[in-house]
Amino acid sequence: MDLVTKIAGIVFKNPIWTASGTFGAGGEFQDFLNLDTIGAIVTKTVTLNAREGNPPPRVVETSSGLLNSIGLENKGIDAFQKEDYPFLKKLKTKIIISIAGEGLLAIQKCAAYFTDKNFPAAIELNLSCPNVAHGGTKYSLIAQDPRLTEEIVRTVKKETARPVIAKLTPNVTDIAEIAGAAEAGGADAVSLVNTYMGIAVDAYSMKPILGNCVGGLSGPAIKPLALKAVWDVYKKVKIPIIGIGGIMTGLDAAEFMLAGASAVEAGTANFTDPAICGKILKEFKEYLNIKNIKSASELVGKLFDK
Amino acid sequence: MKHSGQKKIIKEKILSNLQTAPGHFELKIAAPWLAKESRAGQFVMVKPRNETTDPLLRIPLAIHSRNEKGISLMYKVVGAGTEILSYRKKGDIIDLIGPLGNGFNCERALKTKGMKVLIAAGGHGIVPLYMLVKVLREHKVEVEVFIGARTKKQILCEEKLKKTGAKIHIATDDGTKGAKASILAPLTAYLKKENIKKFASSEGRAVSHLVYACGPKVMLAALSQELKKYNVDAEFSLEAYMACGIGACLGCAVMTVSGYKMVCKDGPVFDMRSIVF
Repeated sequence: MDLVTKIAGIVFKNPIWTASGTFGAGGEFQDFLNLDTIGAIVTKTVTLNAREGNPPPRVVETSSGLLNSIGLENKGIDAFQKEDYPFLKKLKTKIIISIAGEGLLAIQKCAAYFTDKNFPAAIELNLSCPNVAHGGTKYSLIAQDPRLTEEIVRTVKKETARPVIAKLTPNVTDIAEIAGAAEAGGADAVSLVNTYMGIAVDAYSMKPILGNCVGGLSGPAIKPLALKAVWDVYKKVKIPIIGIGGIMTGLDAAEFMLAGASAVEAGTANFTDPAICGKILKEFKEYLNIKNIKSASELVGKLFDK
Repeated sequence: MKHSGQKKIIKEKILSNLQTAPGHFELKIAAPWLAKESRAGQFVMVKPRNETTDPLLRIPLAIHSRNEKGISLMYKVVGAGTEILSYRKKGDIIDLIGPLGNGFNCERALKTKGMKVLIAAGGHGIVPLYMLVKVLREHKVEVEVFIGARTKKQILCEEKLKKTGAKIHIATDDGTKGAKASILAPLTAYLKKENIKKFASSEGRAVSHLVYACGPKVMLAALSQELKKYNVDAEFSLEAYMACGIGACLGCAVMTVSGYKMVCKDGPVFDMRSIVF
């Protein structure tokens, strides 16, 4: 059976990838699984300047989910280039580097670092970053603003030759509109969804549990919501979609592809079992066998077949 | 003892899962590899129930003790995950990741002749400290254990600790066992009595006494203030809400003098003076 997935001219060995922020740079997972088996690793988001991250507690479990407010803690792109980049280049797995910034200028400067001809496989734009530059408008996240999303994608495309994936937030009224804006800006693909905003409350202390109060919800609880988002976006754009949201099994991966995704990212699942991507891939292959499907790409958008 | 530094996902049989005190359970697992690889102060990430998305995450539990058959974990039922764990039966296969974290550094205690080790435990904090006491006592190190809890029923492991030959001091908030005081009272009294030998090192630290502690953050903060007056070195084992437990998600942050560190990877044991309370 053929698992090869082609997105933006890049050939990935299979459509099972890992989501940004859930896999570090892969190093912590080497004890548990062969990184070569994964279709692509999306790295933890890096920003222009180092970020300390949010005060603890930064994570709390909810029903079939996880609320996180890490705060994009990272050492900044200079240190990333010196310390992590060489390790990542040596890996056989395809690497997608996630970048973010408070506004257009910061993101542009980050994108300018990626001048290597064939590395990374792609850049994933984390546009769910609080929109500091825009402060005062109705949009608190860049990816809530279609005009700014389009402008940033267009600018990043000019800055780097690497393929650009725009990662979208579901905290919007119409995610298809934002996907359309990313496509108009020249995005090679869109990935969705990032986390849903939520809070957790401690009734006894009468305080919010997270240090930052507000966090992002991920995990199996959001799967139905994420599937709907992928389904909506598939109806709107022509560029490939990478589906994210509560994927724990090979069947989950298949569901997202049926809804319109060409590839998927498993995120929170990695916390339940560091070797889970191997399991997801195995189950996905078993599903294709049972359904007598020769090529994984046949699944894409099959939900829409009459 | 050589440790490979490797971490594994281990699926092994439960030997027993028995209540030791109201709400407290001891879970013994047939995991000889893990027993051999673990150091005092390390922990494991335990799946309360297999094949389920609720509870979703694993539970971080300190390694309490070990023998050639496997390891023992001691836990308190505080929520859904630990409640489900308490229903697991002998013979069940339990899924855990470990050994994780850095563990206590006992090199100085083991190598310095005449070193006196003070163990300060707040309630459930005695769980990881017990393994440390066993290791130290096996090497004939002099150990004074100070355990504090709210009430008599929450003093754990007293008999086990006595068997190691360590000296035990108990204090309870309500006076139902030992002194009616916080654990700081007998500990401070002990330190005042001791002739703490100072060493003319660049840090001016005591050479004769070492402290290892684990307990609620409030207790550790107060303990830290007190210990600094005596210039003793100390290691504290901390805890935090965790997601991955292996250093990837950056969830279990704790503020230190060098910025945020991860309890699962840079800890759970930290030098007392590095922690920002």
